[in-house]
Amino acid sequence: MTFLVLDGLQKIYGTHQVVQRFDLSVERGEFISFLGSSGCGKTTTLRMVAGFETPTVGTIRVDGRDVTQLAPNQRKVGMVFQSYALFPNMTVAQNVAFGLKVAGKSPAEIKTRVGEMLELIKLPKLADRYPYQMSGGQQQRVALARAIATKPQILLLDEPLSALDAKIRVSLRDDIRTLQRELGITTIYVTHDQEEALSMSDRIVVMSEGRMEQVGTPFEIYNRPATRFVASFVGHLNLLKATVVAPSEGRITVNGQAIRTAAALNGVPVGAPLTLALRPEAIRIGASETGNRLDGTISDVAFLGAIVRIRVQVGDNRLSLDTFNNPGSPPPARGEAVHLGFSPEDLHSVSDA
Amino acid sequence: MEQPLEALALPTAQPSRPLRRLPTMPLAWLGVVPFFVFALMFLLLPTLFLIAGAFQDPDGHFTLQNLRDLLAPNIISAYWISIEISAASALGGAFFGALLAAAVVLNGLPGWLRPTLMTFSGVASNFAGLPLAFAFLATLGRMGLVTVLLSSLLGFNLYRTGFNILSFWGLTITYLYFQIPLMVLILTPALDGLKKEWREASQTLGATPWQYWRMIAFPVLWPSLLGTTLLLFANSFGAVATAYGLTGSTLNIVTILLYAQIRGDVLHNQNLGYALALGMIVITGLSNVAYIVLRTRSERWLK
Repeated sequence: MTFLVLDGLQKIYGTHQVVQRFDLSVERGEFISFLGSSGCGKTTTLRMVAGFETPTVGTIRVDGRDVTQLAPNQRKVGMVFQSYALFPNMTVAQNVAFGLKVAGKSPAEIKTRVGEMLELIKLPKLADRYPYQMSGGQQQRVALARAIATKPQILLLDEPLSALDAKIRVSLRDDIRTLQRELGITTIYVTHDQEEALSMSDRIVVMSEGRMEQVGTPFEIYNRPATRFVASFVGHLNLLKATVVAPSEGRITVNGQAIRTAAALNGVPVGAPLTLALRPEAIRIGASETGNRLDGTISDVAFLGAIVRIRVQVGDNRLSLDTFNNPGSPPPARGEAVHLGFSPEDLHSVSDA
Repeated sequence: MEQPLEALALPTAQPSRPLRRLPTMPLAWLGVVPFFVFALMFLLLPTLFLIAGAFQDPDGHFTLQNLRDLLAPNIISAYWISIEISAASALGGAFFGALLAAAVVLNGLPGWLRPTLMTFSGVASNFAGLPLAFAFLATLGRMGLVTVLLSSLLGFNLYRTGFNILSFWGLTITYLYFQIPLMVLILTPALDGLKKEWREASQTLGATPWQYWRMIAFPVLWPSLLGTTLLLFANSFGAVATAYGLTGSTLNIVTILLYAQIRGDVLHNQNLGYALALGMIVITGLSNVAYIVLRTRSERWLK
């Protein structure tokens, strides 16, 4: 059942359109990520949902109710900020209790709920600490507990892990996802980190220059990018410049070498240039008899431990491919001629939009 | 025979032994030498000299008489007037300065206003002494420009209301000229420290703007506000040239009384002057210590 609807949202500051026609329906309990680089409009959209920004055009409905003009304190949303934003004059317990106190809950009820929340974030012993006495990871856990203590309808997270170091980031993102699933709370998560978005979300909205580029599950976004931007922004990607030979059969050439796509290239004229996307992990060294084959020369080899990243020059196209480290066989050398094999199904035509 | 695993372990790099260094005086210390010399010559030594003098009679013998003399009615009265003027100008300066700082920091006024106010405050907070006294005499004195303009243009006789620039309130208003800018300069960083996210977080948690100010912003600002007010108090308490230039000896504040004791006129009693100065050191010292304590507390929160 659709719970949150963003209907034709636009935000314009002066002559600058920050968000262009944003339409999205979110199911109850769904975890949605807004993914994009700085300035793409993802935070502005989140702030419109929170009520800190008013849409220039469009409406926001929560559970069927139009909340577009409601003040933030009337929307029943919980928000977690990149900078934690814990109230510095209050202890952990007082921070978590703040929303309950403002809502006029009884002291006994507040005490019970705060205890539950601190258990939930695994920090029951830090109730009397002040924010300045805690690490960034601990502060962000408390901020999360504070945001969900009031049982909000929607949880908004604005790059909550960006200020933390890598190890804490990974553990906290797992905790956030687990909590979100346990509580079944509808969540919007803003991030510029594709790994975060891919690992946590039910669906991802990839944004660029105020536009929604693609909405889909992490699997769809990664494996079937709809635009060149999505293809290049999410994961490592090889973009091949090709020329169409027989569109109905999906036959093309890359630097004079014939290969084919799995799907027909209907509507593309013969001889037209075409950009194809190919994930590094879809390429293997050594040509297969049934699949595509490209011949090239190794231009660079980077040993990354478990993974060996190899760059191969095929005419004026440069392809990256990843192979697992094999202790029994050293990686190939630079300048070595190689055959590259990949399946036609792994080739995706991408639009330049 | 099988070797234990430890024996198979690869040798690990030995931690390098720290080089023994001869103790050297970093060159940067040279840069702060003038400060320490200045502080020693014009703060520490004179203070010690004053303290020692406060416990001596004119012949150099130890006595507590100077301290007992501080309890004389005219001296108690001088301290009291000084405290009243300092408190009035500190509270006034804190109130108006806080409003000014809040207006430019929090309320989205045009961008040019803030640097303009800061520059003015930097200059005005240091504009004191005789020039300030004469500036106020020239504007709000009996024949001052503002007094005359009010009278000739609006028919309003300022002095008929009981106002007198040579009075308690005249001196307090004059002090406000440097107290308000000082408040602006010191409070602005504290106001900048109020994070927008605190207000937004409180809003999403259901708080009204008043609840945000009452439960978060004011408690965070309170140590800074109180501490800066104490600093203004100390600043005013020690002022002498402005008061002397403005009122001469008509207003019996402690700095003027002290000046009278040591300059060599009929009241001349240098050691009593030292005792008066010691009393001032204690009062300004206490307010400065309270300021530092409060400031440390607010900085701990705002870091």
